Amino acid sequence: MSGKHIIEISHLDKYFGDFHVLKNINLSVAAGEKIVICGPSGSGKSTLIRCINHLESHDGGDIIVDGVPLDDKVKNIDHIRSEVGMVFQQFNLFPHMTVLENCILAPVWVKGVPRSEAEALALQYLERVRIPDQADKYPGQLSGGQQQRVAIARSLCMQPRIMLFDEPTSALDPEMIKEVLEVMVDLAEQGMTMLCVTHEMGFARRVADRVIFMDEGEIIEENTPTAFFDNPQNERTKLFLSQIIGD
Amino acid sequence: MQQIIKWSRENLFATRMNTLLSLVSLWLIYVTIEGVVSWAFINASFLGADKSSCMVRPHGACWPFVTAKFNQFIYGNYPAAEQWRVNIVFVLGALGLGLLMAGRINFKKQLAVLMLTAYPVLTFILLSGGLLGLSYVETNQWGGLLVTLVIAVTGIVVSLPLGILLALGRRSELPIIRMMSIAFIEFWRGVPLITVLFMASVMLPLFLPEGMNFDALLRCLIGVSLFASAYMAEVIRGGLQAIPKGQYEAGKSIGLSYWKSMRLIILPQALVISIPGIVNTFIGLFKDTTLVMIVGIFDLLGIISFHFTDPNWTSPQVPITGFVFAGLVFWVFCFAMSHYSKSVERRFSVKGVNK
Repeated sequence: MSGKHIIEISHLDKYFGDFHVLKNINLSVAAGEKIVICGPSGSGKSTLIRCINHLESHDGGDIIVDGVPLDDKVKNIDHIRSEVGMVFQQFNLFPHMTVLENCILAPVWVKGVPRSEAEALALQYLERVRIPDQADKYPGQLSGGQQQRVAIARSLCMQPRIMLFDEPTSALDPEMIKEVLEVMVDLAEQGMTMLCVTHEMGFARRVADRVIFMDEGEIIEENTPTAFFDNPQNERTKLFLSQIIGD
Repeated sequence: MQQIIKWSRENLFATRMNTLLSLVSLWLIYVTIEGVVSWAFINASFLGADKSSCMVRPHGACWPFVTAKFNQFIYGNYPAAEQWRVNIVFVLGALGLGLLMAGRINFKKQLAVLMLTAYPVLTFILLSGGLLGLSYVETNQWGGLLVTLVIAVTGIVVSLPLGILLALGRRSELPIIRMMSIAFIEFWRGVPLITVLFMASVMLPLFLPEGMNFDALLRCLIGVSLFASAYMAEVIRGGLQAIPKGQYEAGKSIGLSYWKSMRLIILPQALVISIPGIVNTFIGLFKDTTLVMIVGIFDLLGIISFHFTDPNWTSPQVPITGFVFAGLVFWVFCFAMSHYSKSVERRFSVKGVNK
């Protein structure tokens, strides 16, 4: 077991019924590394990162997160989930709770942090995502961009070592994308290990250490952002890039 | 006055058809109200110790029947000397519920816990006695509104938590739990309540060993509770299905266990969605309690109809008056429930402003 890799995925296979959605995926992520995963819809990129915190179970191969193998042991799954934060495309905030209650829920109920301490921590993270003044509002009263920033703060309140982002800006109006990306850039600069499924190529160029292109359940190409965008090797990558850049 | 005329011109008599409809409606309203008022008040008899006054006024309600029998309608044959025990139960129940419904009070949580734990125990001790120097009152002496409320409240209090567990069970990923929940729900939903009550009171004792015989009312309570739970489970399952998958995933992703995520995230939302259905089931259950009559337990309706046979009160208007009275009491309780549910819905919807 390698000490320097915080996530090690080897020979990962996953099926949805007969559909082979992930085919022999191998991926190692070093602590502090930022990885952007892109690819056409249905390529398995979301499924891949959802396997890392076991929102999807895998059918073959191994996933080791921070030295803990992800198997069917509830204890291991719980441990990994407390180390791995996730941000969803649809925010998935809890609509019946205020922003602050959303943030302190997991620290209080999972880690047993005293309420006052959890609130202090939550306010600190809300400050970091630049919405401390919305703490007592309900999610339904916030804009999409604000909701997504709350969702990021909620994940950070568990003080995870790894953050997974599943198309965090795809459900946002264009004018709100920037505010969310800025928070993500901040996070990257502070050394968080990040795996982002996104088509925000500006973000990828700016923070990614590696860009991974997936298609039909396979990793097709993997490179530094500069090399990936300026000199793609595979035909499918070229086609994809020409489609999303639009010229 | 001018405004009223203007308003009626616009709303009641705008066109010829409109005018016709308005007149017909007004006539129907008049006929109904006139009929009710003359039966219930103008032609009714109010005083009297037996049917004689009602025989004199044959076209109106016979209210003396209700006043004369009122005590039995409320307590059944509960011994008069012990009825204070029932009164304490009623008063405490009304007080507790009233405070819980009143909205914002400081000790609400503690009170709710008390009402769900201490109150039923206290009720049981007070009503059946045999403890603490209270004389024992057999359940076959209980009757009237007392029995109706005991059955309905027990059914309501048991069916909600049991229904939640069954609904979760039916959606469980564990095949055995899922199969058992489905079997339970489909069994109880597929059988008419009358059959359940008959089974409980007639068949069950045949299967039990000699001498092991438990109370008829208790058997009814169990039957009604299980029956209501099956319906409740399906109502709550509807609410659970309305919660987006993302809520479950968000719960998992922040590390909440299944039970914590159900308790903190899913159920608070699903139950609010289910309020109309839940109250619907409660109201249905409340009215279904009248069926216990057929297994020889005298609930409010049962005891009222039982007294129709009293030779002192054999008058044509007595049954009608009795049924109207029963209907009125049932309506008050059911309307209160539905009215309260509306206010609960409103209270929860304020914060759930979903975009």
